Amino acid sequence: MEKERHVLVIFPHPDDEAFSVSGTLALHREAGTPVTYLCLTLGEMGRNLGNPPFATRESLPKIRKKELIDAANAIGIQDLRMLGLRDKTIEFEDDEKLTSLFTDAINELNPSLIITFYPGYSVHPDHEATARAVVRAVERIEEKERPKLHCVAFSNNCIDDLGQPDIVHDISAVENKKVDTFTAHRSQTEAMVVDWKEKFENQDADFLDWIRKERLWTYKF
Amino acid sequence: MKPIDRTEVQNAIDSFAGQDVYLHLETTNGAYATHVDEAFFSAGAYIRNAFIQYEHGKIVGDGPYRIGLKLNIGWVYAEGVNHFEIDEHGRLLLAGLDFTGKLAVSMQISSTPFE
Repeated sequence: MEKERHVLVIFPHPDDEAFSVSGTLALHREAGTPVTYLCLTLGEMGRNLGNPPFATRESLPKIRKKELIDAANAIGIQDLRMLGLRDKTIEFEDDEKLTSLFTDAINELNPSLIITFYPGYSVHPDHEATARAVVRAVERIEEKERPKLHCVAFSNNCIDDLGQPDIVHDISAVENKKVDTFTAHRSQTEAMVVDWKEKFENQDADFLDWIRKERLWTYKF
Repeated sequence: MKPIDRTEVQNAIDSFAGQDVYLHLETTNGAYATHVDEAFFSAGAYIRNAFIQYEHGKIVGDGPYRIGLKLNIGWVYAEGVNHFEIDEHGRLLLAGLDFTGKLAVSMQISSTPFE
């Protein structure tokens, strides 16, 4: 993995980072690279409230805010910024407002790498709207000045359309941090992580491949 | 939240009747429904802080329950409701959780705006 000057990560929901690049980010932090995470919402509209429920629609954002802070600490992120937008409304926000939020962050931080979703291939409307705005912000930078843009894609057609990911990070060295990141997002991942210990013990090949390999595509302008 | 107690919920609905209240109403099958099953037609609706006044409201059914509020000039309605809580701000939070505990419908009434 190339050593970066500064990594800027932009996702709409607490836990987006856990699934996609928590290992990659932990590796950057271990290399001493500053990581800034812009998290647009608090996942207010999440459907998982615990089973039996320990959250309500109204308490969920407070719980997820705490979880996000714990997750950022697990990764080692030293600059977490919560932007205060609302879950499931990103695509309805003013496009220019979103773009300039990201332009301002880029100007302030001068990142050498930006990580977000791949527009068109990231399923959730908030992912798509976030990704489009990040691309707009980066596109406005003169080509030779542009930071690298690495994107997360997981739509059913992503490999057909984009081909195999050109970036695959083996994050085995920090897999414990990745597990801690998932665990931190308890309200959303509790049911999911139940059998992980067993899967690690059994050396479940599909699971280990999924958790140890983080796949990204370089955005093609 | 706990499973619906009809009497407790009816009392709470009655206590908000005839006054200005803020309403949160939401149905959802999750943003990933069509990703997981391409044959699934994804639909939902959401309104937050509708400012309404209802004449009366009722909880009906044997569980999951239906709840309807009659307004001067219209109606508010939710079905599939099975959990509730009166929170620390005195708000009535009603939810329908599916068989895996995921929220499918939410209806909430408050005398102050939801944040």
